[in-house]
Amino acid sequence: MATLKELKLRIASVKSTQKITKAKQMVAAAKLRRAQQAAEAARPYAERLEAVVASLAARVGASASAPRLLAGTGRSDAHLLIVMAADRGLCGAFNANIVKAARQHADRLIAEGRSVKFLTVGRKARSGLLRTHADRLLDHHDTSAVRNIGFAEAEAVAARVLDLFERGAFDVATLFFSRFRSALVQQPTAVQLIPVALAPEAAGAAGGAVVDYEPDEEAILAELLPRNVKVQIFKGLLENVAGEQGASMTAMDNATRNAGDLITRLTIEFNRSRQAAITKELIEIISGAEAL
Amino acid sequence: MPALLQFELVSPERLLRSGEVHMVVVPGTEGDFGVLAGHAPFMSTIREGELAIYATEGAAPERMRISGGFAEVNERGLTILAEHAEPVTAH
Repeated sequence: MATLKELKLRIASVKSTQKITKAKQMVAAAKLRRAQQAAEAARPYAERLEAVVASLAARVGASASAPRLLAGTGRSDAHLLIVMAADRGLCGAFNANIVKAARQHADRLIAEGRSVKFLTVGRKARSGLLRTHADRLLDHHDTSAVRNIGFAEAEAVAARVLDLFERGAFDVATLFFSRFRSALVQQPTAVQLIPVALAPEAAGAAGGAVVDYEPDEEAILAELLPRNVKVQIFKGLLENVAGEQGASMTAMDNATRNAGDLITRLTIEFNRSRQAAITKELIEIISGAEAL
Repeated sequence: MPALLQFELVSPERLLRSGEVHMVVVPGTEGDFGVLAGHAPFMSTIREGELAIYATEGAAPERMRISGGFAEVNERGLTILAEHAEPVTAH
């Protein structure tokens, strides 16, 4: 049994931990609100762009002249996995879940005999994959110095991806990030980035009307596809930031509560041993007095 | 009073403008073009340049510097998706 002094020190230490986790939780809650707003504000652009790309793609179709970003290279041998995670821990299983999803996908592809390369965004994505797939890490985009993730980040990542694609480094690119469902639920998601995978219902919505194009459809499409890659990456980044804060908030809430439970338990133990010590002393005095 | 044009300007970060205006002059890749209400369906990429928004007929235009993106006119109005957009201040 721990001595009274030891217990006192432990209670003090858990209390200060609780203060830290509580503060982190409140910081995450404030940041979450901002991140959520940013993710929501970015939605109209992504939705409209997707609708336009889908309707154009339906028009141009699978003709031989279709841009390679849309039609692909015709092979699916080399895969690029873009894994986006946070820069910091203290957010529960958030990073681990993304990395796990990416690793499973990669292992499946490797088992099929395809080559796999990783492009990581965020420190935890890199460190998570370094252990198992160090030789496949192609590139890393560091976001740890960036305070507010903006479109410039997405542009930088997209530029690398498009450059690699043009040089023929891969055939299929898949994006891994966490879809933000709510502060409690973040879902690791894989989205195929190149060739563009289009939702069939989006294509039907814009069809019908006769539209004039300037320049022609294919020229517009060729310009829009790289833009679509950027926007997808941007959307992923924003969802990730919101998800990270949500996960962090939940994790810190749990930690705060756990610390509270621990303090209660330790306090009870402390009081019990104090009582026991007092009782023991009394017994000693009484039995000493009786002996006289 | 002629009908007004439903106009939206969207950047990746947020919805910048949404509302009814008289006319918008867009810097298209193959030349500037003005869009009024009831314009035929049309789609064009845009070059870096100034967007002029006329809230009412004859009013002084509000100018925005935009780059990278495209404009779409459909039966619902004009939508401009621009990668970068900021108001022109020095005039």
